[in-house]
Amino acid sequence: MDQQQRTHKRHVPTALGHDHPGGVDATHAHAHADVWLSDVSAGYGERVALEHVTLAVEPGSLLAVVGPNGAGKSTMLKLMAGLLTPWTGRIEILGQPAGREARRVAYVPQAEMVDWAFPVTVEDVVMMGRFPRLGPIRRPGADDRRAVQSALVQVGMARHLRTQVGRLSGGQRRRVFLARALAAEPDLFLLDEPVTGIDPTTQELLMDLLEDQAKRGKTVVATTHDLACAAARFHQVLAVNRTVVAYGPSNLVLDADVLARAYGGHLLVLDGRTVVLDDAHHHDEAAPGERHFHDHDGSR
Amino acid sequence: MDLLLEPLALSFFVRALIASALVGVVCAVVGTYVVLRGVAFIGDAIAHAGFPGVVVAYLLGLPFYLGAAVAAVGTALAIGFVTRRAAIRQDTVIGVLFAGTFAFGVFLFSGISGYVADLFSFLFGNILAIGAEDLVALVVLGLGVLVAVAILWKELLYATFDPLGAAASGIRVDRLEYLFLALVALTIVVSIQAVGIILVVAMLVTPAATAQLLTARFTRLMLVAALVGISSSIAGLYLSYWLDVASGATIVLVQTALFILALALGPRGLLGRRRGHAEDADDQLMGMPAA
Repeated sequence: MDQQQRTHKRHVPTALGHDHPGGVDATHAHAHADVWLSDVSAGYGERVALEHVTLAVEPGSLLAVVGPNGAGKSTMLKLMAGLLTPWTGRIEILGQPAGREARRVAYVPQAEMVDWAFPVTVEDVVMMGRFPRLGPIRRPGADDRRAVQSALVQVGMARHLRTQVGRLSGGQRRRVFLARALAAEPDLFLLDEPVTGIDPTTQELLMDLLEDQAKRGKTVVATTHDLACAAARFHQVLAVNRTVVAYGPSNLVLDADVLARAYGGHLLVLDGRTVVLDDAHHHDEAAPGERHFHDHDGSR
Repeated sequence: MDLLLEPLALSFFVRALIASALVGVVCAVVGTYVVLRGVAFIGDAIAHAGFPGVVVAYLLGLPFYLGAAVAAVGTALAIGFVTRRAAIRQDTVIGVLFAGTFAFGVFLFSGISGYVADLFSFLFGNILAIGAEDLVALVVLGLGVLVAVAILWKELLYATFDPLGAAASGIRVDRLEYLFLALVALTIVVSIQAVGIILVVAMLVTPAATAQLLTARFTRLMLVAALVGISSSIAGLYLSYWLDVASGATIVLVQTALFILALALGPRGLLGRRRGHAEDADDQLMGMPAA
């Protein structure tokens, strides 16, 4: 996709205030959207995770997906990444059915999904971002090493090239995984809880880098628990709770009324600051054998 | 020196040396992924599943490798398919197939009278008896497995470390899974003549497990595993020749000894961990598992 088309922005259709989130003008946004879902329902085994999701995300968006535990945030990301096939509805990513343009998509899983004792160094992990474009047989070349080096410089991890990933702190691991995504040079970033459980410095750095990518016309979608971060650093917010509760500019979506709908009343508004109280019942339960795709939303 | 050169005058010893060295390398390379995926149990199951194939080939007068390959690859793909589609845990499926296929082999074999010696060689290997034709089949299959890993090592590594990230970036993780199981099956087929059905899991797991205690970097790990594999095959074969004992068991014992040595003295072993504080952050030979 050429840069001209990427920077051409249209009004983002939002579901704000609608009773039917599916009623947005999604078909018209379709041609220009990097992420487009039309009446999508999906789940694991018998369990519904998301239903009737209709959504269009424009190129250059910096979108936070928020919602309580088990609301379907990670499921939303997996649908966009083509990791989960929807039961019903249609999904188009970068203008093609989900999964077709996979080499232009970088997906970063939650930290808990990875075996950190694995014998790979920081350099090895970031180089994995280059594997899909290399294809089988070909070994990484000078271009790939340059891309890896540049990505590691951006996240401030260049000095740790040869360190085994298990010896990094939580924040450093997130930096390395973002570097892997940057090294892939994708048009769409899908990040599952990229700023959860990390220090403020790392959070600022990661958000600066993502904002920079969005400015260049790349699309960034990230799930988060951190409503303050969503409000301060993301441009758009998608509030979900089994379906789309609200979608629009972050300052509009993150008001108490909308959040109350997303979080089902588990909200505490203190002097203008919103505190979310998590309910144990919202922790989703995956059936045995589905642990791989379990929404690990973490707990507070 | 004569002690090393003297057996090389015997053509059966040379054939056995080539075969066991190649088996050592192939098992170590594929075994690196087996260990990192934590699927040693699958290897053991596939090995036992090869048994009925060997017996059927024997009964029908077909090449031994053909029967073993069909049975082992078939079981490997069945394990992959059933665990993907059915709501049963993988270890349960493997437990059922493991015992069931092996029992079928014993059932068939028990119909043949007076072949206990052959049964023993299937179960524990007899590399010194390998014929020229079998050696050719072994070399072709073994090199084939190595070529497949050389082509797909990056994709296998990515899919093993982060299956979700790999799948999202366009790597066909599901197809790779089947291919990997087929490679494990072929590796086992190649190894049956050398170490037999019962001991093959050691050939797969021990070199990579030893290497894990010595290095925390993937490419080095595979290299060290291959070195452990080939050196224990050669040392084990000579030892078994000098001592006039079973070669397969001797090779496995040499591997086990190297593993115990690495466990005791390696930088990531029992003693190494205590010295862990003095490590240089960039020295990948030292490393502690994640907390």
